[in-house]
Amino acid sequence: MSAASKAGHDDHGHGHADGASHGTFKDYMTGFVLSVILTAIPFILVMGNVIGNDRITGIVIMVFAVAQIVVHMIYFLHMNTKSEGGWTILALIFTLTLVIITLAGSLWVMYHLNTNMMPQHMHMG
Amino acid sequence: MATHASPAMNFEPGRSPSVAIPQVDPTAFYDAKGEHHPEGSTMLGFWLYLMSDCLIFAALFATYAVVGRNYAAGPSPKDLFDLPLVALNTSMLLFSSITYGFAMLEMEKGDLSRVQIWLAVTGLFGLAFVGLELYEFHHLIHEGATPQRSAFLSAFFTLVGTHGLHVSLGIVWLVTLMAQVHKRGLVPENKRRLLCLSMFWHFLDVIWIGVFTFVYLMGVLQ
Amino acid sequence: MFSNPDLQKLLFGRLTLDAVPLHEPILLVTFAMVGLGGVAVLGALTYFRLWGPLWRDWFTSVDHKKIGIMYIVLALVMLLRGFADALMMRAQQAMAFGPNEGYLPPHHYDQIFTAHGVIMIFFVAMPLVTGLMNFVVPLQIGARDVAFPFLNNFSFWMTVSGAVTVMASLFVGEFARTGWLAYPPLSGPAMSPGVGVDYYIWALQIAGIGTLLSGINLIATIVKMRAPGMTMMKMPVFTWTALCTNILIVAAFPILTAVLALLSLDRYVGTHFFSNDLGGNPMMYVNLVWIWGHPEVYILILPAFGVFSEIVSTFSSKRLFGYASMVYATVVITILSYLVWLHHFFTMGSGASVNSFFGITTMIISIPTGAKIFNWLFTMYKGRIRFEVPMLWTVGFMVTFVIGGMTGVLLAVPPADFVLHNSLFLIAHFHNVIIGGVLFGMLAGITYWFPKAFGFKLDEFWGKVSFWFWLTGFWFAFMPLYVLGLMGVTRRVQHFDDPSLQIWFVIAAFGALLILCGIAAFAVTLVVSVLRRDQLRDTTGDPWGGRTLEWATSSPPPDYNFAFTPVIHDHDAWWDMKKRGYARPLQGFKPIHMPKNTAAGLILGVLSIVFAFAMIWYIWWLAAVSFAAIAIVSIGHTFNYNRDFYIPADEVVRTEAQRTSLLAERV
Repeated sequence: MSAASKAGHDDHGHGHADGASHGTFKDYMTGFVLSVILTAIPFILVMGNVIGNDRITGIVIMVFAVAQIVVHMIYFLHMNTKSEGGWTILALIFTLTLVIITLAGSLWVMYHLNTNMMPQHMHMG
Repeated sequence: MATHASPAMNFEPGRSPSVAIPQVDPTAFYDAKGEHHPEGSTMLGFWLYLMSDCLIFAALFATYAVVGRNYAAGPSPKDLFDLPLVALNTSMLLFSSITYGFAMLEMEKGDLSRVQIWLAVTGLFGLAFVGLELYEFHHLIHEGATPQRSAFLSAFFTLVGTHGLHVSLGIVWLVTLMAQVHKRGLVPENKRRLLCLSMFWHFLDVIWIGVFTFVYLMGVLQ
Repeated sequence: MFSNPDLQKLLFGRLTLDAVPLHEPILLVTFAMVGLGGVAVLGALTYFRLWGPLWRDWFTSVDHKKIGIMYIVLALVMLLRGFADALMMRAQQAMAFGPNEGYLPPHHYDQIFTAHGVIMIFFVAMPLVTGLMNFVVPLQIGARDVAFPFLNNFSFWMTVSGAVTVMASLFVGEFARTGWLAYPPLSGPAMSPGVGVDYYIWALQIAGIGTLLSGINLIATIVKMRAPGMTMMKMPVFTWTALCTNILIVAAFPILTAVLALLSLDRYVGTHFFSNDLGGNPMMYVNLVWIWGHPEVYILILPAFGVFSEIVSTFSSKRLFGYASMVYATVVITILSYLVWLHHFFTMGSGASVNSFFGITTMIISIPTGAKIFNWLFTMYKGRIRFEVPMLWTVGFMVTFVIGGMTGVLLAVPPADFVLHNSLFLIAHFHNVIIGGVLFGMLAGITYWFPKAFGFKLDEFWGKVSFWFWLTGFWFAFMPLYVLGLMGVTRRVQHFDDPSLQIWFVIAAFGALLILCGIAAFAVTLVVSVLRRDQLRDTTGDPWGGRTLEWATSSPPPDYNFAFTPVIHDHDAWWDMKKRGYARPLQGFKPIHMPKNTAAGLILGVLSIVFAFAMIWYIWWLAAVSFAAIAIVSIGHTFNYNRDFYIPADEVVRTEAQRTSLLAERV
């Protein structure tokens, strides 16, 4: 049955029961405040050169990014283990695994390729 | 032969494993009352679409990660990126997320005009975001940092531009939905569509976290 | 055409009359044949007044069964094109030795092997798989349609549009000369300035949208619309493999979309992703395209595994051996298929550590595959096996595929791959698994589910003729390529100097002719079966003694599939129902809620073709207009809220009463 054609059932089947949970005002505000904090700190760290070590700063802002992504997932996208019978979180975990495989795998493969095949050409920028 | 599903294998939550019926009962094999209404699939389907979109971005991020430091003797992120502008841009997107959230809260209450107002506010923040991004692109191109200049700039413009294109698409969708809500009110179809757009919008915000951290902030660091 | 070149450029981009290859005799003949065939088909449609029914019952239909059948028709039509390419290549390689240059110049030969690969993978194998899943899955899970019926129709038309775009390259301009994955820098703007690669890109992007959406659609269908009682571990194995295949589609095709988009940017905008200068890295393309490409292999083979699982247990009249292990093997293959992509380019130079990781993961993936083979063998063990045509394909598959799998494990050893990379050994290997696995599987599936789709079986004699020609043809055509590959002959070569190789190519060409007989026999099967349909009629809905739910309904099933939603107690649901004395419900029918037909999918498909054509030929105004039209039609479609209707109860009563009397006649 098409997405739109299910209108007839929606008045009783819709809402919280369909698995897409909705946030409350408090949820949204919590998410927003946390996001502002988690965005502001990395910007301050980089723009003010607070830590003084680029490597450590890089790691720290990556941690902040991951934390903020989690905040968005929970408070804005209302992710939890129950929505759609657990299928959304399962799909998310699977996707994140593939994202990591794609990113880490590409970097690993291409880094080795570059060191093996054209050592003098790299990092000339 | 592990052909019978044991309860342990039944990893579908909320449904108990059916028990074999010893006696022949003709109604055991079909739902005579017509009570079986499969739940709506739209939310799950749309979520799956978002996951696939996420993988498009993964490929773009991977490309940026691999060729993003090949400046070809051209400008590097340190020369180009204007972090205050990026911070302003980020705040536009963050504000639009919370205002969309308010629209959803009003939708639950059934307040049509407030839904429209918050949607409009969200759209304006979205427009501001796209406008700032276009200004940044224009500025870069004006300085000679075009997508054709180096692999770094190709990857930068493509990754950030793809995100911007998604936001623009989101704005078109938002306007369409405002027209549909205006025409038909908060009927179940429209509620479902607003939910989908909400997921899309927040998803783009999540991608942007990756962009500003990985591209802009890390770029300036190196 | 025009005296003013600027005006012509504005109106027609780089399209000129020279783009129509009137100077190529082979193409001219093809042109004439297609023209005549087209006129004949159109004339017949008009003469028999079939345009109305075709439009109402098929093109605009959102019924998953009809869309599934249309996918398979598309695949069979494209198979003819792809196979014609194969025959031309085999003929060229069998004759082009020493002074004989053959009949295909290199620029034409290169287009043919590219088109062959692209068509066979994207427009034969993919539509076959998608079509079969579309037809079977909702029936197997007791659903009335897929989760998003309009999207299903739209996906189909996008696939057709991609196919039409590829076919258009035959008559206007040229196709890519780059091989089926279009590696840069060869496919970049400097080395391939013509329209060939652009045809390739746009055909795949358009078809890719369709593939992705149908993947999402079928996952949502399987997850959300299973009949009550059908837990995950009670799903038929074909549905399981369909679920895993569609997960792979949704997770892999975005990567292809992205990488082709980057290649288009290199070609259209002049960016430097995959160029050799200004920091570009062509190997990144190879890396990304295989992150899609390897899962794609499993996208094709998993449904074939599912088909064989259904057929083996049906024709052995036994429960499938090791159902749970079959499911877990499928899931493990799904996940592992993302960890092996580098074995397609061991020789690129990532070094020992990277190569050994990917070599080992590749070898590991053969373990669940091997488990499946043993499960099928044990299902047959002590079974009462009926060697009907679907079962013949299955046995042929097992023998053939195991060889292909073993040469694959051989290629997974990086040092061996350094010798065999890009050789005809590789060609023999992947044809061994794709023909012996996917194609045999799909032909088995078509034979198996044909009576369900049309209400009569396929003729057994001609089916067997087709099978034996395919099987022997395959062995004749590809075993010589293993030999040649071991001797060091590389792929994609249009002319050879060493006359001692010729005999092997002649044998391979003979094999291709046998396959031609197999295809012809399949066509004869269809014709003979239609003529003899009254003798072959299936009135029971269960012609093979089936085990899964699709055999519970009539053949062909009514629009609504099941008058009442079935309730499932076992993964062999229909077998269980038959065993425990299921009585077909005869009363209490209710109106049935169904989706409405729509032409939006077809319109969007046609507009996509126009858009692709305009982009390929740089006709910017047309691209803008067609893009705007696509946007308007898509948005306009969302303003239509009236998308469903009810089949009235008395119509259901009529349909079901008809079936009751048919079943009674039999007794």
